[in-house]
Amino acid sequence: MTYSRVAIHFNERLCVWVMPKPLRIVIAKPGLDGHDRGAKVVARCLRDAGHEVIYTGLRRTPEQIVRTVMDEDADLLGLSSLSGAHGHLFPRTCQLLAEADLTHVVVFGGGIIPEEDRQSLFDAGMRAIFGPGTTSEEINSFVDEVSSRLQQEESIGSGEENDWRWGA
Amino acid sequence: MELDEAIEGSRLALSRALTLVENGLSFSTEEDGMVIGVTGAPGVGKSCLVDRIATSLAKDGIKVAILAVDPSSPVSGGALLGDRIRMQSADVDDLIYMRSLATRGESGAVPSVIGNMTNLLKECGWKHIIVETVGSGQAEFKIAAVADTILLVEAPGRGDSIQAEKAGIIELVDLIAVNKSDLPQAEAAASDIEQALSAGSKDIPVMLVSAQTGDGVSELVQKILETEGQSMTRPKWREKLNSEWMRQLNSHPDLESMLDGLEEGSLNLDEAINNLRR
Ligand SMILES: Nc1nc2c(ncn2[C@@H]2O[C@H](COP(=O)(O)OP(=O)(O)OP(=O)(O)O)[C@@H](O)[C@H]2O)c(=O)[nH]1
Ligand SMILES: [Mg+2]
Repeated sequence: MTYSRVAIHFNERLCVWVMPKPLRIVIAKPGLDGHDRGAKVVARCLRDAGHEVIYTGLRRTPEQIVRTVMDEDADLLGLSSLSGAHGHLFPRTCQLLAEADLTHVVVFGGGIIPEEDRQSLFDAGMRAIFGPGTTSEEINSFVDEVSSRLQQEESIGSGEENDWRWGA
Repeated sequence: MELDEAIEGSRLALSRALTLVENGLSFSTEEDGMVIGVTGAPGVGKSCLVDRIATSLAKDGIKVAILAVDPSSPVSGGALLGDRIRMQSADVDDLIYMRSLATRGESGAVPSVIGNMTNLLKECGWKHIIVETVGSGQAEFKIAAVADTILLVEAPGRGDSIQAEKAGIIELVDLIAVNKSDLPQAEAAASDIEQALSAGSKDIPVMLVSAQTGDGVSELVQKILETEGQSMTRPKWREKLNSEWMRQLNSHPDLESMLDGLEEGSLNLDEAINNLRR
């Protein structure tokens, strides 16, 4: 790892060291279903790719998820739902993120999500939807692409205007 | 910018400022506060208990910030931060702020940035801060560099752990909670620990609690609060001094050139140290 030492003084007591920062990714389970095997597999796969993954545990409300994303200063949020309630819970989470000034957070989803439901989730600001059987390679490629777009300061958060989505 | 807004009370700005600090920004403060270190072997119930302690403080109107540390993978550098699973009130109460941290390749159980993070939290009005460490052996010492009060969590069914592995940390510990008091062996475990401690010079309270049922939690919280201003003992100052010394050494602007000199043979260790001290 290389550290570039950039010392910036402000408020007379601060000094910045710029160094590479791992992505922080919240993996959350909204809704009432009690199955989190998929969510845990994704969490581990992202950890193994070098990211810091915060897993919320089961049955969190969109409000709780947004609170977690805020406290953890996450760059990405992955939502997993198997209960069929994604149509309501995913857009609601995106909406609450925007209300909390977290428009920059990149949101993706996974679970059992029928093809015909996907467009409205993309319209709500989600950047990728992964179905059952998605490989870790694919999820990692998505996050790599997000990472390089973020480095180029592209606005791809769920509350930001951008047509880009994964697999389009 | 972020910092001013954070000090004015914006939670979002606080989160961003904490990220800056986590990534290396140093921050000091004149504000008082109380940093409670919670340590103990994996699985003894630290996260569940921290959740209970935080909830209990919040119920009395006290703001609590939690910093929960988990290890980074030495292979990938990534980390799976799972303490929230056991902290079910961490995302519901405005009086509780919760942040997960990875050790990021540092060998200690507590990353060195934690001191700066607790300083920032204090500056932003979060005076009670709980740090949950990675539960593992020697590295636990590092908690003393940032914590004012150290709570060691034990649980039944861990045999003679207290004598063997805790010999070193025990002189830094202010309180011991024997968790899982809902289990039948808990009382025996507590008296084993008391017995083991009776040989030592320090009088450490041993308390039975159950993070599952909530039994004993309010008594524990009371005891923790009573240590405020009482807990800075000589061994803790030693750890703090040690770690501040190391920090200053490692951030010394001439460190690299001294290492160059040592490597080339143009300096010996004494000379290098003398140069760094100047
Ligand atoms: N019976 C009983 N089980 C408990 C109690 N507190 C925690 N547990 C269980 O102990 C296990 C570990 O709890 P955690 O809070 O994750 O323990 P931890 O010390 O934070 O673990 P690490 O962060 O992995 O080191 C969980 O399965 C809890 O449900 C308790 O008071 N009684
Ligand atoms: Mg824990």
